[in-house]
Amino acid sequence: MNIDLSEAAKAIDKYRDKKGALIPLLQEIQDIYGYVSSQAIGMIAHELNIYPVHIYGVLTFYTQFYLTPRGKHTIKVCQGTACHVMGGKELLDYLADKLGVEVGETTEDRNFSLERVACLGCCGIAPVIMVDEDFYGRCTIKDLDALLDKYTEDDSSGSLNGNVHNLHKKRNKPKSN
Amino acid sequence: MNNRILVCVGTSGVSAGAEKVAANFRSELEQRGLGDSWELVRTGDRGLFRDVLVDIITPELGRVTYEFVKPEDVAELCEKHIARGEAVERLKAGSDYEKFFAGQTRIALSNCGEIDPEDIEAYIALDGYAALKKALGMTQEQVIDEVKRSGLRGRGGAGFPTGLKWELTWKEKSDEKYMVCNADEGDPGAFMDRSILEGDPHSVLEGMAIAAYATGANHGYVYCRAEYPLAVKRLRKAITQATQKGYLGENILGSGFSLDIQVKEGAGAFVCGEETALMASIEGARGMPKPRPPYPSQSGLWGKPTTINNVETLANVRHIILRGAQWYASIGTEKSKGTKVFALAGKVKNTGLVEIPMGTTIRDLIFGPGGGMVNRRRKIKGIQIGGPSGGCLPESLLDTPIDYESITKTGAIMGSGGFVVMDTSTCMVDIARFFLSFTVAESCGKCVPCRVGLQRMLEVLEKITAGKGTAEDLEFLAKMGESVKDTALCGLGNTGPNPAITTMKYFADEYKAHIEEKRCPAHVCVDLVDFEVDEEKCTKCGLCFKACPTGAVQWKPKEFARIEMEKCIKCKACIAACNFDAIH
Repeated sequence: MNIDLSEAAKAIDKYRDKKGALIPLLQEIQDIYGYVSSQAIGMIAHELNIYPVHIYGVLTFYTQFYLTPRGKHTIKVCQGTACHVMGGKELLDYLADKLGVEVGETTEDRNFSLERVACLGCCGIAPVIMVDEDFYGRCTIKDLDALLDKYTEDDSSGSLNGNVHNLHKKRNKPKSN
Repeated sequence: MNNRILVCVGTSGVSAGAEKVAANFRSELEQRGLGDSWELVRTGDRGLFRDVLVDIITPELGRVTYEFVKPEDVAELCEKHIARGEAVERLKAGSDYEKFFAGQTRIALSNCGEIDPEDIEAYIALDGYAALKKALGMTQEQVIDEVKRSGLRGRGGAGFPTGLKWELTWKEKSDEKYMVCNADEGDPGAFMDRSILEGDPHSVLEGMAIAAYATGANHGYVYCRAEYPLAVKRLRKAITQATQKGYLGENILGSGFSLDIQVKEGAGAFVCGEETALMASIEGARGMPKPRPPYPSQSGLWGKPTTINNVETLANVRHIILRGAQWYASIGTEKSKGTKVFALAGKVKNTGLVEIPMGTTIRDLIFGPGGGMVNRRRKIKGIQIGGPSGGCLPESLLDTPIDYESITKTGAIMGSGGFVVMDTSTCMVDIARFFLSFTVAESCGKCVPCRVGLQRMLEVLEKITAGKGTAEDLEFLAKMGESVKDTALCGLGNTGPNPAITTMKYFADEYKAHIEEKRCPAHVCVDLVDFEVDEEKCTKCGLCFKACPTGAVQWKPKEFARIEMEKCIKCKACIAACNFDAIH
């Protein structure tokens, strides 16, 4: 596979003389390409005079880095304590089954990558899943099919970035107060 | 300006439409020509998840809080409250809201949900950076002494005295020193650092500046979790604003003291919350812990003396400097001073962030701010405190006061503040397995006890939850747990066995049920659930039918539910939906 590495070269130049720059550099390269390719690793090793094995060591240590291309949408299913107690594992199992992938894998049509995440830090609206940059709180298995459909059909769903959706619509003000 | 509207646009608020609510207020104010006499403030999370929270503050009615506000309610609020000065009773925050805040002492969280976190002027108006000014007028020894006398201890979990930590770095002679803020909040179930960074980032920067001054550091880093993009954004904005105002940068407030602060984003590794691993990660390497000593205060970042403090710890500092050590030390217990923020989650009515004085009992936290159990039909079984490093405590220990010593005595640890309440629908063996699987996945693999020992413990727990456990397994778990605790290299391994050890100690009967009777009393462990409807308990309500995603539950009004196993995927949605414990 041929990859245009000119953007990677620019990023390398930006971090060339900075202390402790390897991780931010890899983060930036992943932001550009969606993953860190072996070509990019070769280039960093050559340019910054570090062993490729050192770069691989860092890449494989941190869960945030990918060595293969990702799906168009990344689904992260929170497996934090609160989400676990509220049924987060069942959401993850259901999605893996439905998409036909293991956790960490990408669907054949490259539309979805499925991931588990230790905690998204919004335990008050557990269980939570995150699609790209959007949060979906109080999620139930029944909500998942519609959600997948939305990201399969609607190309504009990326415009929702950063939003938080409350799937549990019934939360009117309790009458008992 | 006296007339103000606060709209809480934190994570939970946004999920319920807070952006729309704020936008509606903006357009209503403009339509009424009130845009200049009213201030609309977008605040961070206040701590309580109540969908959209809105406060309207006027000289006449004072402060009125509304909860569960929907975008379509804004017109009514404007018409009645803003135009006519009458509160809208229907939407007023109720007794649960009052109860949630009544039992709290908010110090670290004092600004969260009160001010616009992206506006440094709002922070300054509430004595922001006044503590830094005061500290710069004191000697380094005086600042350290003040913090020492306040009794403040590390809020990241271990509870090391903060003043002493500063003193150790201060005493080191070096051409360069570093100040690091540990914002790698990785404990599943804890989110106080996120809320502080998102809701009041300047309080953390001010704490860092004071610490850096006291220890003699001129470079600072905030190591923030990559999963918190909003916190990173707000921190960067706050650093820029503070530098422009002269609270950071060269020659701060003319004192001759300089400090630059950078934000470093983590890359997804729980172990990086451990201080030596965190520093390795900042240096660009694999985040693996190193043996201590040497301690970071002697040889830390790039081999230089370094102080590492947690977000919540730093957010307390400015209050201590401003109001004095004596005031801070008057809150809490003899050995644990001040307050602690807990992320209250699980099966309680009010979930969210709660800041309580040390020494409050677990029961008072659950039934005070927590508002009691969410499902009145289900009894409380226990609590999980301290995340994967902590433990599960049974109902009989609910009167334990929350302070470092008392919690440690139970076998759990205070930890970073995760606090999950569990009712009878939670299986404690499964919870132990859950935490072990987390710790195993996050173990860096450097030391054998953690890499191999925890893995073996997890395998045994998986065996038990699958109904294949034997009596010897319990002995093995206890023995291995103690060995790993004693021999692992860092805190992750030292505390990793805690969830298994505490559940075996306090919930022995559940282990017994799994091993001897091949039964999971909470119907959580899938291999031990038959998915049969108990017609003595079934009330024919149909909730299970509505929850089932595959149509496996057969039900008609006034009939018992029935589960067709060919269609069942064992997702347990029906069990979660049932209020009567009728599906086994």
